[in-house]
Amino acid sequence: MKFLDEYRDGPAATRIARAIGRIVTRPWTIMEVCGGQTHAIVRYGLDSLLPPEVELVHGPGCPVCVTPLETIDRAHTIANRPEVIFCSFGDMLRVPGSNGDLLRLKSQGCDVRVVYSPLDAVNLAGANPHRMVVFFAIGFETTAPANAMAAWMAKKRGLTNFSMLVSHVLVPPAIAAILEPPDNRVQAFIGPGHVCTVMGSGEYQSLAEKYRVPIVIAGFEPLDLLESILGAVEQLEVGRAEVENRYARAVREDGNPRSRQLIADVFEVCDRKWRGVGTIPRSGYRLRDEYRDHDTEHLFAVRDIETRESAVCISGDILRGLKKPHQCPAFGKQCTPHTPLGATMVSSEGACAAYHQYGKLEPLGIAAKVDPA
Amino acid sequence: MCLGIPGQVVERYHEHGVLMGKIDFGGVRKAVCLEHVPEAVLGDYVLVHVGFALSRLDEAEAQRVFALLEELGQLEELMEKPSP
Ligand code: SF4
Repeated sequence: MKFLDEYRDGPAATRIARAIGRIVTRPWTIMEVCGGQTHAIVRYGLDSLLPPEVELVHGPGCPVCVTPLETIDRAHTIANRPEVIFCSFGDMLRVPGSNGDLLRLKSQGCDVRVVYSPLDAVNLAGANPHRMVVFFAIGFETTAPANAMAAWMAKKRGLTNFSMLVSHVLVPPAIAAILEPPDNRVQAFIGPGHVCTVMGSGEYQSLAEKYRVPIVIAGFEPLDLLESILGAVEQLEVGRAEVENRYARAVREDGNPRSRQLIADVFEVCDRKWRGVGTIPRSGYRLRDEYRDHDTEHLFAVRDIETRESAVCISGDILRGLKKPHQCPAFGKQCTPHTPLGATMVSSEGACAAYHQYGKLEPLGIAAKVDPA
Repeated sequence: MCLGIPGQVVERYHEHGVLMGKIDFGGVRKAVCLEHVPEAVLGDYVLVHVGFALSRLDEAEAQRVFALLEELGQLEELMEKPSP
């Protein structure tokens, strides 16, 4: 498919990896923030092409993973109500709450539906005026324009039976939360390309300056990712710390101004709890007051839900780049994609699930490295 | 989750006052909201996420990584040549 296949060329990938090998002189730790990129890196074995000096660690960029357990439980409580049609993206279906997942609720007779787009959920509300349609609105900035558009359309069409349970998260505050603690290991970031199609690369400038880290914005295909790692290593080796856009076919400096405007009209920034990490100040979106009538939390009073996370899970350290999945004693044993204990195993974009799926049960092998030419 | 898929605009129309498009993803066609990429005309490629077009893909910029590969190839050839 155009704009995809040509970026998956094996020999070209090896050529870029060799170029990285030629310029690297010291060990560097680089984090890709986005879960989709983690998935691609592990799936295509890109980390095994890199010289031993370059270590990739995997960031918190999987919205499904970081949605707090109590929010999932709240979603399930609402989905249980007979008047509700509960709509969700497919990847949320199997995420277990304290008592099973959405798929199980569906099998028990709850009206749970998978939608491809939030706009489908709005249309569902239009077609079912006597039911309450609730859409589970999760995601990063990438998903925010579509979700904002859904709220905007529902309001415009006067659909009082459409609401959103919003658990939106933002990337820049998460990057700051990783860089702030003194034990941080991350020296450069592979930036989230699709988040930047919306918000632009400009947002990352102040982070690069304040923390003196290179941030290289990347696409999601093997050549995109390797080329961006090359860019990060180039910067690290000469001591530069700049924002570099290596996904210019999709990302402009100011992102998509229309999308940013709509987001600002519909959402406001709020503190948000991230599963495995804790609360990060000003790291999420919630609906503005003008959209109260479409805010599930306002419409359905669901009491606070208490949850308890597994004591063995080290997903917090994994999400901050301090540890790797195989260092967790539960990895592949009590904790698997079918029986996930923590954030990084609940979605295929979580680092633990990606390592599990592609059989990465050992520490990253150094043996398979490509010789620098 | 932040998956964005490139697809080609094959139709533009309005629905409930919103600009929509039929987008072709390697043979599979889907209805996508084009409201935020109104400049995309028939034949253009757009990046689509959850039924929503986020940006128009720039053909010239898309070539950049291949130019880099070309350079890397020439560099490797130079390095392989024995010095006189
Ligand atoms: S393997 Fe499971 S328990 Fe261990 S860190 Fe990953 S998600 Fe947590």
